[in-house]
Amino acid sequence: MACQGLQKGETLESLKRESETLKKKLEEERNKLNDVELHQVAEKVEALGALSMKTRRVLKGHGNKVLCMDWCKDKRRMVSSSQDGKVIVWDAFTLNKEHGVPLPCTWVLACAYAPSGCAIACGGLDNKCSVVPLSLDKNENLAAKKKSVAMHTNYVSGCTFTSSDMQILTSSGDGTCALWDVESGQLLQSFHGHTADVLSLDLAPSETGNTFVSGGCDMKANVWDMRSGQNIQSFENHESDINCVKYYPSGDAFASASDDATCRFYDLRADREVAVYQKDSIIFGASTCDFSLSGRLLFAGYNDYTINVWDVLKGTRASILFGHENRVSRVRVSPDGTALASASWDSTLRIWA
Amino acid sequence: MAEGSKDQGGTGTADPEEDSPNMIVYRKIEDIVTRIQDEKAGGVAIRTVKSFLSKIPSVVSGADIVQWLMKNLSIEDPAEAIHLGSLIAAHGYIFPISDHVLTLKDDGTLYRFQSPYFWPSNCWEPENTDYAIYLCKRTMQNKARLELADYEAENLARLQRAFARKWEFIFMQAEAQVKIDRKKDKAERKILDSQERAFWDVHRPVPGCVNTTEMDIRKCRREKNPHRVKKSVYGVPDDGQSQPSPVHISSQPTRKTTKEDVQKEITFLNIQLDRHCMKVSKVADSLMSYTEQFMEYDPFVSAIEPSNPWISDDATFWDLEASREPTQQRVKKWGFSLEEALKDPAGRDQFLKFLESEFSSENLRFWLAVQDFKRRPLHEVSSRAQEIWQEFLAEGAPSSINLDSHSYERTSQNLKDPGRYSYEDAQEHIFKLMKSDSYARFLRSNIYQDLLLARKKVSCIH
Repeated sequence: MACQGLQKGETLESLKRESETLKKKLEEERNKLNDVELHQVAEKVEALGALSMKTRRVLKGHGNKVLCMDWCKDKRRMVSSSQDGKVIVWDAFTLNKEHGVPLPCTWVLACAYAPSGCAIACGGLDNKCSVVPLSLDKNENLAAKKKSVAMHTNYVSGCTFTSSDMQILTSSGDGTCALWDVESGQLLQSFHGHTADVLSLDLAPSETGNTFVSGGCDMKANVWDMRSGQNIQSFENHESDINCVKYYPSGDAFASASDDATCRFYDLRADREVAVYQKDSIIFGASTCDFSLSGRLLFAGYNDYTINVWDVLKGTRASILFGHENRVSRVRVSPDGTALASASWDSTLRIWA
Repeated sequence: MAEGSKDQGGTGTADPEEDSPNMIVYRKIEDIVTRIQDEKAGGVAIRTVKSFLSKIPSVVSGADIVQWLMKNLSIEDPAEAIHLGSLIAAHGYIFPISDHVLTLKDDGTLYRFQSPYFWPSNCWEPENTDYAIYLCKRTMQNKARLELADYEAENLARLQRAFARKWEFIFMQAEAQVKIDRKKDKAERKILDSQERAFWDVHRPVPGCVNTTEMDIRKCRREKNPHRVKKSVYGVPDDGQSQPSPVHISSQPTRKTTKEDVQKEITFLNIQLDRHCMKVSKVADSLMSYTEQFMEYDPFVSAIEPSNPWISDDATFWDLEASREPTQQRVKKWGFSLEEALKDPAGRDQFLKFLESEFSSENLRFWLAVQDFKRRPLHEVSSRAQEIWQEFLAEGAPSSINLDSHSYERTSQNLKDPGRYSYEDAQEHIFKLMKSDSYARFLRSNIYQDLLLARKKVSCIH
């Protein structure tokens, strides 16, 4: 094992050299395990039938670009947020708008539904993430009950509740992620390591897991231990900003979507990228991605207004969804996997099935 | 038109420092349009087309462009090629010669290529003064085909009101431009006029069309020189009143790497080197078997019974899921792993029921208590930690669980300063215990098998 280089007199240069040596060694070690490509092993998997996905609902109501959305655990409600400062809670099944929360700042970049279904979180250019309890009384002014929880020093790019309504995890343009206690607003843990804006995060799906993955403008995807704040694993394969990261349903792997027009798939046990999803004809950045329930399909939204559906194992494109009239900012599969929701700069949301 | 001034990026190569995300796409599109125009290298033929009494110089048909895209970018479906081509047009790299709406059609509609001078990669942010000069200039030209469209006339009227005080200046600039234009050769003028119009179609789009110059606010602030003087299309000097680019949140200056940073990196790399990793062949098999196992539950891949609510508008599928009677298919999932069984509330209930029947439910109840404990608000952590200790771990606890001495010590240490993760070790240990012991017995139990095989209970009526 290489020396730790903690002696006095170690120059920045010699430390950098040591780091480079270790990086090369790590690459060599990892490459020894790269005995086959995922798509080669997947040749024996039965081909997918033709996918016939269509738009089943169009949710109109936002006045400007829809930037984010999240499903409720009840599989039919959702929350969405927009550039115009509005956050809307919908019953997507009936197209009914159940709540509208006007926020004082524009560009609400992130929103999330609480696991109980009784609250939502949102944030963006205000550098905060606030929690708003949802009331059954339609006339109640929800904005008045808004409570600031997270405070960053730059825009909030992503937020999610952990397994309860009591904690939220946020990512920010200030280069950090943070875990907060909702009731007190106290910072429970902060996560430092990215060297540029963090644009996305996703919690590991395990019942027993305590990790999450984040991606950002430093082109890195980092896996974190929520307990210690430590960066456990790091992946640097993309050639531009990572706009979205999402775990594969088993929690052993995750995908990323980037401005370099590719999506990539990484396995945590092999500690490496195991697939790249790209095509000559796809030249616009991928802004968002999510897996179908089994992990066989990866839905990715792009800045060319389309959603490409990838066969995760075989590495080929299974389908392309046209419909949105401007950039797709977010795609999310519903909790029971029955539908895909997409949010767009064309101010609408679409449900596909 | 100030096209003569080459120092304003006439060749279309922007400052290499500006590698904003938009630039990546622009470069790719520029590569494409350069290749399309290179007839010798398999590009399309750009011709002069005769039309009534005049000639239309330097055009190509939409169909030709679609064909080229399909062949050279390996596109199988023409719809995809049309979509990509329309985006290339919407960003201002190609345009129809007789329409303000920037889309691509797969027919004989004629298109022209934009001059590199006007390429978006030159970071144009034209001011309204430039636009006013342009519209004003258009009204001075007598050709019928250059008449303003309705929305342009409205825009002009608005600008006349807004710039009322400096309208004389604008008018003079427009006259100057008309003079410059008149000096050009007829065919060249046709081309330049159309390119200039296409430029404005991008920066002042037809109402209802997408404005492709809109930026993602998260990416804007990284512009290296946000307060640079924006260049004018018509060489109008900046009068100091131009607005800075709309979105400049204070950008963090990139920190220089310190010794500490590199030391942290070295520590991290050493940890990675020590990590035991699996071969790709092994993880590939694991990913494949997980996915294949769950594909029958994946509505996008397998049909669900009775129907997908979003497609049939019938919510029966959801009602069944919520009912007290889990389906055989759902019960089968509990057998995949202890994780899956505990994820499903019904699975959790049945497992608990089984354990209670064996009088050994304390392990699961402990595990569930710790799950709940981690989800409590901060101020409840301390008291709840004590409660769990009393119930499960203390001497003579009512639901005493069997922890190995090591975990017991660790946990008891943790409780001196209780936190949400104080019971993590203990919980992991208990989970492993359940997995290897009681979970396996649960799967063999009547309680589980009855549900799995949908065996009807024989009810004794006495």
